[in-house]
Amino acid sequence: MTDQKPVVDFATDFDHTDPQWVNNPYPIWEDLRTRCPVAHTERYGGAWFPATHEGVSFVAKNTDDFTSRTVVMGNGRPGEEAPPAPIGVVPPISSDPPFHQYARKLILPAFAPGPVNALEPVIRQLCNELLDKVADQEVINGSSDYAQFIPSYVISKMLGFPEEDIDTFLEFVHIALEGVNHPQEERILEFEPMNEYFTKQIQDHIDNPREDLTNFLLNAEILGNKLEPEHVVGTMILVLVAGIDTTWSAIGSSLWHLAHNPDDLARLVNEPDLMPTAIEEFLRFYAPVTMARLVKEDKELLGCPMKKDDWVLLGFPAANRDPEAFEDADKFIIDRAENRHVTFGLGIHRCAGSNLARLEVRVAIEEFIKRYPTFTLEDPSAVRWAQGQVRGPRHLPIRVKG
Amino acid sequence: MKVRIDADLCQGQGRCFAIAPQIFGFDDLGNGVVLETGELSDESLELAKLAQLNCPEHAIFIED
Repeated sequence: MTDQKPVVDFATDFDHTDPQWVNNPYPIWEDLRTRCPVAHTERYGGAWFPATHEGVSFVAKNTDDFTSRTVVMGNGRPGEEAPPAPIGVVPPISSDPPFHQYARKLILPAFAPGPVNALEPVIRQLCNELLDKVADQEVINGSSDYAQFIPSYVISKMLGFPEEDIDTFLEFVHIALEGVNHPQEERILEFEPMNEYFTKQIQDHIDNPREDLTNFLLNAEILGNKLEPEHVVGTMILVLVAGIDTTWSAIGSSLWHLAHNPDDLARLVNEPDLMPTAIEEFLRFYAPVTMARLVKEDKELLGCPMKKDDWVLLGFPAANRDPEAFEDADKFIIDRAENRHVTFGLGIHRCAGSNLARLEVRVAIEEFIKRYPTFTLEDPSAVRWAQGQVRGPRHLPIRVKG
Repeated sequence: MKVRIDADLCQGQGRCFAIAPQIFGFDDLGNGVVLETGELSDESLELAKLAQLNCPEHAIFIED
C-alpha cells in the first residue's frame, strides 16, 4: 500500500481506493446522489464521478466527448508510446469508434450464447472438482478456494494456456487491477512479465496451432488485414484480465450474500426455477465493475467544467443503486421481476463476456448450494474486499458444516 | 400487437432471449432477434412486456 491521505469529503476529494469506499461504498454513493450528484477529486490528476443512473448512462453512451483509450484510472495518463485512440492498449474495450466496431465484431462470436452455453458441462464439472478438494473442511474460503478458480480455468482453457499457470494468471490480474495507486514508471515495470508471458504463448501457438481463442485472434482479419501483434496481445490481456476477477467477484459476492441471508438461501434451494431471476439481482446489487473514461477536450459536461484528460470514473454499481431508476433500489429482492441493471455496462462497450459471466455465476451458485444447502459466514469481520475498480470479497470464510 | 428490436439500440445484453426464448433469439454476435414476428398471443404479449422491462438499452418496442 502506498501512503494515502484519508478522504474527508467524497464530494470534493473522492478516492475509490480509500478504505471507506473499499469496505462499503453504498452509503457514500447515496450521499453523493443527494448532494452533487457528480463528485470531483484532484487525485489521479483530476477525476469526476457521476453517482446517478442518468449520469452514468450519459457518459457510457457518449463516445464523442469521452474516450475509452484507457479504462483503469491511475496516476498517469497513457504515454506517447501507447497505441492512440481509436485502438488503445487493449482493444476493443480501449477502442473508440469507428475502429471499435471492427475489433468488437471480431471477438463477439466467440462469446455469443451458442459457444458459451456449450461450456456449461465443463464448468459444472470444474465446480464439483473444486468443492471435492475442500470436502473435508468445515470452513472453506468461498473466494480463494472456489470463486477465483472458476473463471481462471475457463479463460485459460479458452485461450489455450497451460492449466498449471493459474497462479501466474492470478498474479497478473492482481497487478493489473489492484495496483492503480502505484506510480506510472512502476506500473510499466509491473506489466513487463505479463507482456513477456503472452508473447511466449503466442509463439507457442504459432509453432503449435490449435483450436482456441489465441489461434482465432492470430488468424483473424480486419478489413482483409491480419491483426497487428499489439492488437492480438492487447485483446488476450483484456480477455484474461477482464474475464477473471470480475466473475470471481460476482460469484464471491453472491455467496457472501447467501451466507448471511438464510431466507434467500432457502428460497433458492427450494425454488430452483428462481435462479435466473435471482442471478440478475445478485448482479445488480453487487455489480463488481467500475470503468473509466478520459475527457477528450475541455468542455462543460453533466454541468461540470471538465478538462481534457480528466478521468471520469464510470460507476455502474452506483447506477444500479439509484432510486430514480430502481424501485427499492437499496433492497435486495431475490425475485425482482423488473431489473434493467447496467452491471455489464451500457452502449457500444457492453461487456463482451456477459453471457459467459452469467453462465459461470449461475453454475457456481447452483453447484455450491446443491452441495451445501445451508451455510453461514464464519467470521463476518474477517471478510476482505478487493481494492480498485473491481469489487468483490477476496477473503470469505464460510462455515459449510459443523 | 407485435414486438420489434431496434438493431441500432440493441447491444446484445441478452436479457430478452433469456426471459422469453420462444419470442426472442440471437444472431452470431449475440444480438437479440425477434422469432415471433407476427401478432402476439396474450401470453406472448405478457412475456414480451417483461423482456422490455428488463432491457437496459430500451431496445424493445411493442406496437400495433
